[in-house]
Amino acid sequence: MRILTNVNIDWLRWRWHSLAVSWLIILGGIGLIATRGLPLGIDFTGGTALVVQFETDVPLQQVRSAVEPLPGEEVVQQFDDPSKRQVLIRLAQVETAEQGASLEEGSKQVTAALQNAGLPKFEIISRDLVGAVIGEDLQRKGIYATIASLLGIMAYISFRFRFSFGIGAMVASIHDVLITLSLLTFFGYELSLNVIAAILTLVGYGVNDQIVIFDRVRENLRTHRNEPMNVVINKSVNQTLPRTVITAGSTSLAVLSLYLFGGVVLEPFAFAMLVGIITSTYSTVFIASAVAVLLSPRQREARAAHASGAAGKPGGKSSRRAKAS
Amino acid sequence: MNKNLQYRVITIVIVIALAVWAFYPPSEKINLGLDLKCGVHLVLRVQTDDALKLETETTVERLRDTLTRAGVQFAKLEQSSAESFVVEGITDDQAFRTAAVEPDTVFNRASGAGRYTYTMKANIAQQLRGEAVTQALQTIERRVNELGVTEPIVARQGGVDQILVQLPGVSDVQRAKDIIRSTALLELKFVEQGPFSSEEEARKAYNDAVPPDMVLVPGSADSGAGAGTPATMYYVVRRTSVVTGRDLRNARPTIDENNLPAVGFSLNQDGARKFGTATEQNIGRQLAIILDNRVFSAPVVQSRISDEGRISGAFTQQEAQDLSLVLRSGALPASLTYLEERTVGPSLGADSIRSGVTASIGGLILVIVFMLVYYRLAGLNAFVSIVVNLLILVGMMAYLGSVMTLPGFAGFILTIGIGVDSNVLIFERIKEELANAKSVKAAIAAGFDRVWWTIVDTHIASLIAAAFLFQFGTGPIRGFATTLAIGLAANVFTAIFVSRTMFEIVLTRRRAATLSI
Repeated sequence: MRILTNVNIDWLRWRWHSLAVSWLIILGGIGLIATRGLPLGIDFTGGTALVVQFETDVPLQQVRSAVEPLPGEEVVQQFDDPSKRQVLIRLAQVETAEQGASLEEGSKQVTAALQNAGLPKFEIISRDLVGAVIGEDLQRKGIYATIASLLGIMAYISFRFRFSFGIGAMVASIHDVLITLSLLTFFGYELSLNVIAAILTLVGYGVNDQIVIFDRVRENLRTHRNEPMNVVINKSVNQTLPRTVITAGSTSLAVLSLYLFGGVVLEPFAFAMLVGIITSTYSTVFIASAVAVLLSPRQREARAAHASGAAGKPGGKSSRRAKAS
Repeated sequence: MNKNLQYRVITIVIVIALAVWAFYPPSEKINLGLDLKCGVHLVLRVQTDDALKLETETTVERLRDTLTRAGVQFAKLEQSSAESFVVEGITDDQAFRTAAVEPDTVFNRASGAGRYTYTMKANIAQQLRGEAVTQALQTIERRVNELGVTEPIVARQGGVDQILVQLPGVSDVQRAKDIIRSTALLELKFVEQGPFSSEEEARKAYNDAVPPDMVLVPGSADSGAGAGTPATMYYVVRRTSVVTGRDLRNARPTIDENNLPAVGFSLNQDGARKFGTATEQNIGRQLAIILDNRVFSAPVVQSRISDEGRISGAFTQQEAQDLSLVLRSGALPASLTYLEERTVGPSLGADSIRSGVTASIGGLILVIVFMLVYYRLAGLNAFVSIVVNLLILVGMMAYLGSVMTLPGFAGFILTIGIGVDSNVLIFERIKEELANAKSVKAAIAAGFDRVWWTIVDTHIASLIAAAFLFQFGTGPIRGFATTLAIGLAANVFTAIFVSRTMFEIVLTRRRAATLSI
């Protein structure tokens, strides 16, 4: 079976349209984040998260009204399968009180509130208490790690291919991260450590597609010396299109399994990966290539040659020089 | 099959055998992270200021002694912060400077008219902080070991003053936390006056000016005291201790004369000598047993005591046991605060393992079905290389002792994804080469050769991301990063070496003119 063979699509023609679509999503996401705030989980803000298991069924509403009077914002959610009668209760860090005693304060308050509300007996099956100091630490580290891996990968691609490809890859990766963040916010997922891990993985994963295409571009540049960069890139994207689509499809299948069966804890991770895989496939084709063309010396020369009306075909001279670059 | 191919098959079989041997049986060989079994993960901060404060305090007391002995006049000598103190109202500057030599090694001195401000030298302060963290680490390690936890982790983390403690299998988290955190500073000091029923009363006994070599310490009323006495009493005791927790040789739970739980302790040689002399000279006086700046009891010294003592209070059996534990493991050099606590109950861990395994198997099946449908027989090839990849991954994890966490299952699934990616890359290239009318053999050779560097590049890029991920993350995330990194490395072997060997075996079997791909 073969799909998408011998396609001849002028991908670069659509680069401005695709850029517009991407910007729309990203701006929408930024707008959402600006109004709702970045949905940071307790891993980053500090706070308390308890999972309690009740002995008999309890409507969520009752649990919610039991903890409602507590200071700060509370989140009450069904945890895992309803038959397990597990409820997740989350409390943001209330005040910036000195840690130590206050670290347990939220947990104690919730336990007391549940006991006083006359709910059935319950057991705490997991308890996360995160101090504000740790949260700030992780926020900083998360940002550094993302930036550092973006730069590291850009440096590697610049070293193995050329600088313009490195920039293209980085722009595409930033694009993927922003789109993923936007959609996470839109669908109400909280940013936890796991989600940041997914985003960092995406940075590495998304680059795979780009490397495959760039590799093909390099090969085609050698065999098609006389063609301008945009033609070569279009050809390369088309040649590798079956691989791009099949890989995205099969990896999505694997991650889909994680989304469906991986349990509540991994669900946000799987969601971020799913969105990221699709986005990165799209950004490889439209964004990374477009940026690489824009910055490519051969393209500039071809365009300059065209503007001066010197040649219908880009001259052998300029392309030979481009190869040397 | 030619020789070369035979060797390659043997290599693959050996690798698989080693991997299986490394992780079999998995329930014993695979380390589970805290998120997959019950236990608690704690991050503590050592209040290193305490260590500086103690150093400054000691220096101030010694300087006071020195100045008094040398007859140097001063109005005030006082600690002003954790790492500084001031001396004021000095009449004879020259005499002061000659006498006060000692603080100069640790403190910087700034002078003003008859007034000196001492601030601890930065390098020494830093050294003291470092030592405090190291000591706290060692003390916590001893305590955790005495708790009888299997495979605990006690390590420095992130910031300079943070300590990570992981206690798998601990169910009474509160008790573990209390034991780790209790300072357990034991001091035995002679009582000057007391007990008083309130702080004011105690101060009044000294006309509101407790001499500098004495301190006021709160404590519980003696169990012998009748009803009507307040719960908290105050003792005025000497500032210097006769012996401290450092002089202890051992501590164990015992019972006191009223048959109540108590803690018995014995002193080491040095401590016993000091204690013997001091008690001999002070028969008839009260000796306060002070734990963490609270008087537990203040028995009257009846005779010379050399190396045995007992702390009684209103202990329960458990408290007596825990107190002996912390006394044995030594005092903490500084107080601790908890910054983070993550507790996982046993049922949740088991659930997580189940969903992780289900998701991994589900992912594998989905992907394999897809590959078989799309690539037919070559899909089988992908299946074998991915399974071998997973076997190597699990084997390496067992061999390296890396920890399997819930996000680690995500690492498994991504490894499946990456394995498929490499296979697709190769297969598509082979198809292209076949379409260019190459022979099957040439197409396979060209397919593998052409993608070799592409695969190296993609894997290195992913490894860069995994490395930063490891750097960033704590426990579970690190588990994910390790899984991903090992999976990537194994994949280079399976996607290239294993897969190519399989293709070539097929080639030798039936001099194929077509390829099922």
